[in-house]
Amino acid sequence: MDASTVAISLLNGVSYGLLLFMLSSGLTLIFSMMGVLNFAHASFYMLGAYFGYMVAHQVGFWWGLLLAPLLVGLVGAGFERYCLRKVHKFGHVPELLVTFGLSYVLLELVQLIWGRGAMDFGPPPALQGPLFTLIDSSRDGLGAVIGQAAPALCKSAVAELTLRCTQFPAMRGFMMAMALLMLASVWLLLTRTRIGLVIQAALTHPQVVESLGHNVPRVFMLVFGGGAALAGLAGVIGGSAFVTEPGMAAAVGSISFVVVVVGGMGSLAGAFLASLLIGVLQTFAVAIDASLLSVFQALGVTLTPQSPGYPLWKLTLSQVAPILPYLLLVLMLVLRPKGLLGTREG
Amino acid sequence: MTPTRRTLMVAIEIATALALCGVAGLAAAQSGETVKVAYIDPLSGSFANIGQNILKTHQLLSQRFGGKANPAGVKFEIVPFDNKASPQESLNALKAAIDQDIRYVVQGQGSGAAAALIDAIAKHNERNPGKEVVLLNYAAVDPDLTNSKCSYWHFRFDADTSMKMEAFTTYMKDEKNIRAVYLINQNYSHGQQVSRYAKEMLARKRPDVKIVGDDLHPLGQVKDFAPYVAKIKASGADSVITGNWGQDLSLLIKAGKDAGLDVTWYTYYAGAAGTPTAIGPGSDGKIKFVYVAHPNIPGDLAKAQEEFRSKFNEDLSTATVYNLYPMLAAAMAKAKSTDPVKVAAAMEGLSIKSHSGDVQMRATDHQLQQALYIAKWQKIDAKYKYNVENTGYTWGQEKMYEPYVASTPTSCQMKRP
Repeated sequence: MDASTVAISLLNGVSYGLLLFMLSSGLTLIFSMMGVLNFAHASFYMLGAYFGYMVAHQVGFWWGLLLAPLLVGLVGAGFERYCLRKVHKFGHVPELLVTFGLSYVLLELVQLIWGRGAMDFGPPPALQGPLFTLIDSSRDGLGAVIGQAAPALCKSAVAELTLRCTQFPAMRGFMMAMALLMLASVWLLLTRTRIGLVIQAALTHPQVVESLGHNVPRVFMLVFGGGAALAGLAGVIGGSAFVTEPGMAAAVGSISFVVVVVGGMGSLAGAFLASLLIGVLQTFAVAIDASLLSVFQALGVTLTPQSPGYPLWKLTLSQVAPILPYLLLVLMLVLRPKGLLGTREG
Repeated sequence: MTPTRRTLMVAIEIATALALCGVAGLAAAQSGETVKVAYIDPLSGSFANIGQNILKTHQLLSQRFGGKANPAGVKFEIVPFDNKASPQESLNALKAAIDQDIRYVVQGQGSGAAAALIDAIAKHNERNPGKEVVLLNYAAVDPDLTNSKCSYWHFRFDADTSMKMEAFTTYMKDEKNIRAVYLINQNYSHGQQVSRYAKEMLARKRPDVKIVGDDLHPLGQVKDFAPYVAKIKASGADSVITGNWGQDLSLLIKAGKDAGLDVTWYTYYAGAAGTPTAIGPGSDGKIKFVYVAHPNIPGDLAKAQEEFRSKFNEDLSTATVYNLYPMLAAAMAKAKSTDPVKVAAAMEGLSIKSHSGDVQMRATDHQLQQALYIAKWQKIDAKYKYNVENTGYTWGQEKMYEPYVASTPTSCQMKRP
């Protein structure tokens, strides 16, 4: 792999990882604060994309980016207030089941309202086009220019000089910036503000917090609504960058659980690390065409299509790239059940 | 129904039939009949939007070619069954259709479901003489269905994967600026076949072209194609061949656009319902597709497209259906019956006039022999006016290949009744 491919793959991996983080940060927050594993979390992501699409078509993308997460947050808070709170006293399994049910209800509702096809929802004009262009030159090495590179910079006039340009889309850059902004503000909110202190205290000592005059159920409602709003924000960005359709919840639902488990249940920093790890891992795996076959060949063993297990040996790393996160999940649970930065065992 | 009532009904029916014969004079026995056709394809789940669009296509075209316009004087009625994109559900749907005494089945989305239906219909027909069922396949393109798995009761109206690749590679033979080709496909039978035939035929027709990549990715799972695009870019390819469809195609092309990937896309399904909207404007002349038609063929097909657009506000993009009903009607006229056994026999080797000239149902394997078109994505102009899915873009014809060019041999040895 040459330098520009490595650079662009790294950027692709990190930006995808950061989107995963935006999605799973709400999940891990809700889990750490309330002990609820929210199966409907990816549905809030989907809802965010659809709300964003609706608002963006009426008054523009930026309003969608602002209003859709708030709307999703309201839906989440309402769900906590009128459903989750009612089943809370029966323990964790009913809570889990009710979020599971909600994920189905939201999916069917979305299909009823917006249909089954993909929506025409893309980034705003300001975020279309490249953020910068990487220029890989055989003479000067790797360089970059802001925005679209002039054609003369990408097409070499002489044979001995080869030039190759790769663009990095502005939308992906925006995705990265939003994720980092979100990480910083959530962290500041939880550790540096009064409400953050109350939230943390309510987690471990709810009775004491209540006797000090704080409304603990309302704190839980805020946390759930806030977590849903974060998923909604990820939805507006993910939906406009990739695709807005009813299948989008299912596509990211399982991977967000992987992020939370690998990072350590309830750990925000762990989720951040895990999502970057998974994003980069998947991106680079796609780029590598090596298989066990080539490993055997390097060891001096030649296998033919008649050898036992040949279909397994010939699978390339790029073909198995999509299952690597799940492999990581299993390995993590076996070797380190508390996750990368988790605090509790099992 | 009591015996007396049944006798009465039969008497009335005979009387009506006699009266009708009297009016119609020399009309054939089947004239005036309504033939029910079961549509077994996905109507729910992630492929439902395509399934619904094609159901409407069947409804409109069967009406257009039924009744007075039909040489056999037969009316068609489409009865939809949802197979949820699953071979198992397709068999349940088939059973339900047979229970309703439906003798004609149309199916197309998914060769897995087609293979299951072919197998089940062959067994059913063997066990239930007098109640035979015929499968008319308008889109399942696995070459095996007319080769190793061929069946007397199955007729295919789309060109199979190998025929479309013949057309593509014949076209690429003359595109001298192609140097390096990248193959990216969905990891299941269809994608694997596209990759296999592309390698085989390019080696035969353009041995100088290098295959610089051959990727298989999971079907419908990838949302972020940027890593694949980075790989295509690094390989130095100038052309990409892909059998991808639906979102796997539109997201791939969109990711390519975002990264400034400058390649020509040779696709099977860029023209399928919904995909042009998802691709959107841009990439003029850089996206090509191969199919049995394109939206800018003048004549009756164009009129049918206009009618479809005004009625449903969607595009009629599954043109294989446009050949299916005239062929079925012609076979019924030739057989002077709507009995599937006689109609199947009449359809073997039958030729009809279609939008692309004469098309013939090859008797040896029941694969329709028809012309193939290669079209490119471009802005609407004076010559190519059809506004595809209101994008302001259209498919302009690049080449039309006569049936013999894309025809591939068959190894089919079917059991005939």
